[in-house]
Amino acid sequence: MAEESKPPVPPLPDGEKKPAAEVVPPAQTTSAANAVEKPAAAAPPAAADKPVAPPAAAAPPKPAAPAKPAGPVPMPWTSPMVEKYRHQYGSGLEAQSYLGQNYFSVDRSLIPNFLKLLRDEEQFDYCVDITAVHYPKREKQFEVIWILYSFARNERVRVKTQIVDGESVASAVPLWATANWLEREVYDMFGIKFDGHPDLKRILLPDGWKGFPLRKDYGILQQDQEWVQINLGIESGQ
Amino acid sequence: MTAETKNATNALSNLDLETPEKPYLDSNELIINMGPQHPATHGVLRVILKLDGEKVLGTECVIGYLHRGVEKIAENRTYTMFNPYVDRMDYVAAVSNGLGYCQAVEKLLNVEAPPRANYIRVILTELNRIASHQLWLGTHALDIGAMTPLFYTFRDREEILKIFEKYCGARLTTHAFRIGGCQYETYAGFEREVKEFVAFVKPKIDEYEELLTTNRIWLERTKNVGVISAEDAIALGVTGPVLRASGVKWDIRKALPYANYSEFDFEIPIGENGDTYDRYLVRMAEMRQSLRIIEQAVERIPEGPIMAKVPKVIKPAAGEIYHSIEAPKGELGYFIVSDGSTQPYRLRVRPPSFVNLQALDIMVRGLLVADVVAVIGTLDIVLGEVDR
Amino acid sequence: MLNSLMSYLGSSVTPGEAGNQLWALIYVLIIFTGVSVAVIAMNWLERKALAHFQVRLGPMRVGPHGLLQPIADAVKLLLKEDIIPSEADKFVFWIAPLIGLLASFTVYTVVPFGPSQAVSDMNIGILFMLGVSSLGVLGIVMAGWASNSHYPLIGALRSSAQMVSYEVAMGLAVVSAILMTSLNQTGTGTLSMIGIVQAQQEQHVWFLFKFFPLGAIAFVIFAIAMVAETNRAPFDLAEAESELTAGFHTEYSGLRWSLFMLAEYAAMIAVSSIAVALWLGGWMRPFSHWLSGGAWDFVFSLFPGLTFLGLAAIAIRGTIRMPKHSLFRIQTIGLGAFAAVLSGIGLLLLGIAVGARAGDHVALARSADALNNVYWFVMKIAVFMYMFIWYRATWPRYRFDQLMSVGWKVMLPISLGVLIVTAIVGVIVG
Repeated sequence: MAEESKPPVPPLPDGEKKPAAEVVPPAQTTSAANAVEKPAAAAPPAAADKPVAPPAAAAPPKPAAPAKPAGPVPMPWTSPMVEKYRHQYGSGLEAQSYLGQNYFSVDRSLIPNFLKLLRDEEQFDYCVDITAVHYPKREKQFEVIWILYSFARNERVRVKTQIVDGESVASAVPLWATANWLEREVYDMFGIKFDGHPDLKRILLPDGWKGFPLRKDYGILQQDQEWVQINLGIESGQ
Repeated sequence: MTAETKNATNALSNLDLETPEKPYLDSNELIINMGPQHPATHGVLRVILKLDGEKVLGTECVIGYLHRGVEKIAENRTYTMFNPYVDRMDYVAAVSNGLGYCQAVEKLLNVEAPPRANYIRVILTELNRIASHQLWLGTHALDIGAMTPLFYTFRDREEILKIFEKYCGARLTTHAFRIGGCQYETYAGFEREVKEFVAFVKPKIDEYEELLTTNRIWLERTKNVGVISAEDAIALGVTGPVLRASGVKWDIRKALPYANYSEFDFEIPIGENGDTYDRYLVRMAEMRQSLRIIEQAVERIPEGPIMAKVPKVIKPAAGEIYHSIEAPKGELGYFIVSDGSTQPYRLRVRPPSFVNLQALDIMVRGLLVADVVAVIGTLDIVLGEVDR
Repeated sequence: MLNSLMSYLGSSVTPGEAGNQLWALIYVLIIFTGVSVAVIAMNWLERKALAHFQVRLGPMRVGPHGLLQPIADAVKLLLKEDIIPSEADKFVFWIAPLIGLLASFTVYTVVPFGPSQAVSDMNIGILFMLGVSSLGVLGIVMAGWASNSHYPLIGALRSSAQMVSYEVAMGLAVVSAILMTSLNQTGTGTLSMIGIVQAQQEQHVWFLFKFFPLGAIAFVIFAIAMVAETNRAPFDLAEAESELTAGFHTEYSGLRWSLFMLAEYAAMIAVSSIAVALWLGGWMRPFSHWLSGGAWDFVFSLFPGLTFLGLAAIAIRGTIRMPKHSLFRIQTIGLGAFAAVLSGIGLLLLGIAVGARAGDHVALARSADALNNVYWFVMKIAVFMYMFIWYRATWPRYRFDQLMSVGWKVMLPISLGVLIVTAIVGVIVG
């Protein structure tokens, strides 16, 4: 999924150039629908002081290549709820499960309705978090993620949608009041607009700030120099 | 100065304030700027209050004064390097932050910490919960005007910090856990000292309660102040003791157990009215429940390794994970997106303080200025976590 | 000079009444210095006592056990920059602390430290005291208004509202005590502070215990109202630190701020002295009628000296327990000297008491009497001072509306009821 959108990787610390030995138990099936009921079988009796990989001087290339097959992969997620919605929405909705955590990938246009359905019919009454991820190399640069929880079902799901830069998403404030600040933070950090938000403005950064820091093209040392100079009266914040 | 004024007016222009139906007397509305330097805002919270006399008509929180860009830093550090940063968010409950982060990355790596590590984690986390609640109690009581509990709680919190210091060398930003388990084996006498602490602090908690629980002024100041109903609390995403005081029996330690909390016998204290007094009682009861967990954990702590087999270079497979724990303030979640490299592609922290703080507005409307500080105290926010 | 001293000691009325302006002036100076010293001592005591309530040590660095801390504080405050906010009303800002200070010091004109140990004995003494001590709130309101800032303004508003609501209950409680002066002895009631104490002397009862529990209830009402009147915890809404940062004196610093503090503590002592004079028998020693007689008088007259000797003993103990290290040498010497001074004063007082008993010297006997009167008066005030500290360490702060409702809905009806019942009982019994 993220293969095509790798951020600039800084050089690894010296001496750590081994092929990162993936000791993840390869056959760990992740079909268990409940994330927390994973059996603790992975606790090996082997002592922790044993070095995890032999000091292999060879095999310098392919740093991440073996990760793909060895690691867990997203599995299709099936449940009565999923079936119902898949039937209703067809191709606009994709339900998957990764490491026991379930998520829907939903088309942007379906978001308002789908979230409302989740809240009203499936009792996902608690919006845990709203956040976003920036994938600059994709055509649809942003992925907006809602993490929902249902007290009645004791179940957590994620809803994701992808949007292109400049597109807006429907606000979830009418559904969950908590979305207010969460969406403001997403706007603050990514510049994603939420339609119907009562008061969409920056929350953590000052109102006049330019730029959206959590976008991948915003460097870690970057600042709004102009703002700093005007408001703090110093040449640079660095 | 001009920018400051501009910010204030910007904030106010959106202040959703209905005019009172019957303004008592012909008083003008007063706009007061509480914070960011104010004794009772627990750091650098700035609340703009719109007052009619002393009655609060509306509030607007201005946050971000402590924004350090933790999430951006995470994207530029390896998984291991980022671990100490999480201590700096909720700096009074650093152990909990570390536990949440380590477990989230472990989940992404699909490894489990060995049982002994889990026990150590539970003991330290619960100690940290007590420390956090003690600090909350002291400052909350100070906000309401009772000076003395502050010193009692700090005196007793010191014992916890001593244990932390002996265990990992740090008192506040502990960095106690590593991805895959614990870095350090317990020191000699750890179990004994923890047991001694439990025996020491139990009567102390009674002592705090003696000062406050039945105190007339305390009752008047906290009962029916800052009421939030269960529905409102859920809609606002409020978690932790604030939610439980509204009568929702929900604790991630029970609902979605992590570490080895399912092995322990403890209760979830809940309140009825969702007012400041209930939140006080819930937190006091939680301290006692934490002691129960610690007692059980110290009794049963097994021998064995403290680190799971994790690679030296943490390099989880591409994918994303959300993991949350019950921090002292509420649900502390980590949403990590990995692209298969050594650094998180995106790391989102779901901060309980930030979300809980949002409830301040509906909790204080119609109350008086003095209640605002009481409610800020009862929400138990840490600005390091609100602003990250 | 000696003659003048003798003539004073021989006088049985206050200098004000005697028209002796020189003596009145000396009295004013003594009281002014005495109250200032008491405030400084109170400052140290409050910090220490509060610290010990709160399991900490309090000031320990400046002088042995922080004894010189108040002096260090005073020097710091005097040297601090005096800031007047640019938007403030400068004149009002400047004069507000002075008004507070003047009000609280003027009260001492009529405080009866003894039958003749007061600047003056006004026949409306209690009225004067209540009136002038209420003026203190004017300073607070002016400070809050002149600061031209929101927090001080709210603090000032709170303070004035609080004053209005508690002054009423306080006044009614005072009236019921005044009623008691006239009962038993038809129509000789008095408003004079000295007269009120003398009434207790003649009736052989402290008004606290008169018509039990009526006197006690009135006393408790007054004791609560006086905490509110002086803006102390749990009624310290006007300067509620956690709510209004510092309330009415938020914008004050340095000397002006310290004037407010001085006024606050002086006012505390002043209202306590009202309570002492009205209900606790003023300068009368405890059990003055129960344990009467020359022998008992002598025993009780030893108390002032013994008190100082006791303090000296504590200081000597501290000196002995001081670490034997060269770094502590100066502190040890200082504390030792302090102990020496205290024991010197104690021995002197003892000497006066013993001398007055043994010899037949009028001046000595008069001095011993005066000392005893002042001593017991001050001791009773000290109890109240300790209570003030105790309240502060124990209780949370009332909220504004709760404070008002306690004042109007609880204290006012009770004090009114007590007043009526006292009058009825007085008529029936007296």
